[in-house]
Amino acid sequence: MPVRIWGDAVVGLRSPVPQVQEIVFRNFYTAFLSVRVQRPGPGGSRRWMTCLRDLCLMPCPHTEEGSQDYFCLHRHQVSMSGWDRGVTSLWCSPLSAHTPGWLPLQGSGAHVPLTPMAARVPVPHSAPPALTGRCLPWTSSIWGGLGVLGGCPKSCPQSVPAPVVTLPVPSLQMLCDLDQVTAMRFILRQPSPVWLHFTIEDLQIFPLGQKSPQKDFPSWLSQLTPPEQPASLHGELPDPEKVSTEVQQMWVLTEVIRARQAAARIGRFDVDGCYDVNLLSYT
Amino acid sequence: MLEPDRGLSLTIARVVQRLQGSSLHSQLERQARVSLHKPEIKLESLKEDIKDFLKTSGWEKKLQNAVYSELNVFPSPCHPAAPPEHIKEPLAYMRKAQGSWEKRILKSLNSMCTELNIPLAQKRPANEQKELLNKWNEMGTDEPDLSLFRPVYAPKDFLEVLMNLRNPNYENGEQPSFRNHLGLIQVPLKVKDIPELKEDFNELGLNIGQLGIDDSAQVPPEFFENEHVRVGQKVLAEQDSAAAQQYVRQGCPTALRADLWALILNISNQPEDILYYEQLKSNVIQHDLLVDSLIYKDVKLTASNDDYYFVFEDYLYQVLLCFSRDTSVLEHFTYSSATPPKSYIQGKLGMEEYAVFYPPNGVIPFHGFSMYVAPLCFLYHEPSKLYQIFREMYVRFFFRLHSISSHPSGIVSLCLLFETLLQTHLPQLFYHLREIGAQPLRISFKWMVRAFSGYLATDQLLLLWDRILGYNSLEILAVLAAAVFAFRAVNLMEVTSLAAAEAVLADLSTLKVMPLLQIFLFATVT
Repeated sequence: MPVRIWGDAVVGLRSPVPQVQEIVFRNFYTAFLSVRVQRPGPGGSRRWMTCLRDLCLMPCPHTEEGSQDYFCLHRHQVSMSGWDRGVTSLWCSPLSAHTPGWLPLQGSGAHVPLTPMAARVPVPHSAPPALTGRCLPWTSSIWGGLGVLGGCPKSCPQSVPAPVVTLPVPSLQMLCDLDQVTAMRFILRQPSPVWLHFTIEDLQIFPLGQKSPQKDFPSWLSQLTPPEQPASLHGELPDPEKVSTEVQQMWVLTEVIRARQAAARIGRFDVDGCYDVNLLSYT
Repeated sequence: MLEPDRGLSLTIARVVQRLQGSSLHSQLERQARVSLHKPEIKLESLKEDIKDFLKTSGWEKKLQNAVYSELNVFPSPCHPAAPPEHIKEPLAYMRKAQGSWEKRILKSLNSMCTELNIPLAQKRPANEQKELLNKWNEMGTDEPDLSLFRPVYAPKDFLEVLMNLRNPNYENGEQPSFRNHLGLIQVPLKVKDIPELKEDFNELGLNIGQLGIDDSAQVPPEFFENEHVRVGQKVLAEQDSAAAQQYVRQGCPTALRADLWALILNISNQPEDILYYEQLKSNVIQHDLLVDSLIYKDVKLTASNDDYYFVFEDYLYQVLLCFSRDTSVLEHFTYSSATPPKSYIQGKLGMEEYAVFYPPNGVIPFHGFSMYVAPLCFLYHEPSKLYQIFREMYVRFFFRLHSISSHPSGIVSLCLLFETLLQTHLPQLFYHLREIGAQPLRISFKWMVRAFSGYLATDQLLLLWDRILGYNSLEILAVLAAAVFAFRAVNLMEVTSLAAAEAVLADLSTLKVMPLLQIFLFATVT
């Protein structure tokens, strides 16, 4: 039975987008996402460039984590919040030919070239083990090197201890600018054979100047103000104008907060004193 | 998945929004205003002086504790595009399963109501109100006829539902393969393995002092216990929630436990809290709910029959009846996969202005629910404080034990964690029990759903719940369940039926939880 081990989708844009600001989507069981964009190249031609390589959406592709989460990619994204805890673990394991659906490791059974993002890091077999290893049912031979992640002992047919090296998660970086984009290609990868389908849904691309809908919160909270230095009063009286402005500002702030009525918890569960309930509603 | 700055801003905004209008907020304002009379507050440096005053008077610490409490309870904000149901439960099929389960419960309650011809809720007549008020402190002496009432569901009914949970996108083949799990739970949630658990629970390690091990009679108290008590007193003096949470990972001294738990849960029992409890009490007096009879029945069947807890019967009614009327509990539904049942008063179906939640707190108790409250009665004797502690424990932890979700502390994950730990580290035992038709989860499920209440001796249970609070996670329940099986493995290997296996594990009252956990996590050869 053929196992769908990768998929790709091509999304075309109607007209060139001056600058892509944000890409928002909902995941559906895609483990890794790469994005390629078509941009004008030298001499007026258009060429494809990789702007994102193997962004990990599911830290452990055999399990549910991240499988239906919402993701947002910004043009200047420099770190992967939420996946910093994820450990990019690599392990090598001699895979048995009896296990259906598995492909043999390329090269020797003990070495697997690792390409979490851009760097290829060969792992020496003598590296000190960080964790007890678990075997991994897919290999680098499919697409020339892949970051392998997580630990999924329960769905692995063999729990062969193997040396494991833990590497820090590299920062996510857009590999090229998102300017003058004429086409985008989203390459979805799901190495685990346990899922029937995988895709991304509700894909939205926001050009510069148009941000994704944000929850409403006061603008004064969106700036992280550094701790203020206390005013130095050595031998000087402060400027009364300045003081009164500051006091006025604080007063206004207090009034703004007071005016914002917090949802009062009155604790009423009845309607005008009546709470005669006969049957529960199913809708 | 958000940019770090935006995520932090959203978190700050959410916490500010939640604390606005709270009694702490008005107290801080009042304190700031009062401080204006003090000589050390100068107009030129008003903002800084008030900030310093709040710091030195301990009010900043109270605010820190409140913020810490909010961060512990509410999940981190996800992308603004994520709808509210995604925050409740990210996986669509789990939401659907929870919805179906809830519908079953509603149908069960409706049919009980129709059969017995009793309304779900009605106003109590004046003479009944007076009677109830008079015997409020001795409701246990009442012997109402509860024979016609039956619990809405029992843990084993819930287990059947969890066993049938399937991800429609997962290849659940008929043929046994690596895709099928050998246990009862068939959903592929991520659960931790022992190395990860060792890291998470590293304060339970062999070289770190623990209450429950290093305070036994054979160990001189100078080695660990005296110093630990001294540190605990210091933590209480500082009134720091985060420090308390770290401290209790090594266990609470009995004399300090009540105060430490209250500090971690940020419960201070202010006059307005006592007033709120009294308001709930008056709600109980005014309206009679069918759910009250379910509570009565549950208490009579469980806690009243328990050697340790029967003395607290009256307290249990005072807490649980008020709990059912508490609308502030509705807030936890934003981060719970469950939804409160809805109804319409006076039969005005579909008219939103007559829509109400039933019961007012949205939680329908099941068989064994009162056992969540019973152990707390050893610590708190003042009803309003006992009530608040229980409510906070429920909206932080216990609600996850009876709803279907993918959360790591949810019951589904705990079941899978238990089965995986057992299968990985005691494969022979697991295989043997499976072969004789005694799937281990069938025995351990009831322990985990009740957080071991009623199964362990109370002092051991409280040591376990110390760690639930300390680690802000229920995963320790699954680890303990596996550790219990490991402890009794030799006997279990000899049984040949489910009934015999249950008999081996029927009595846990002699077990010491901390040595079991330590051995299982840190001293078992993998």
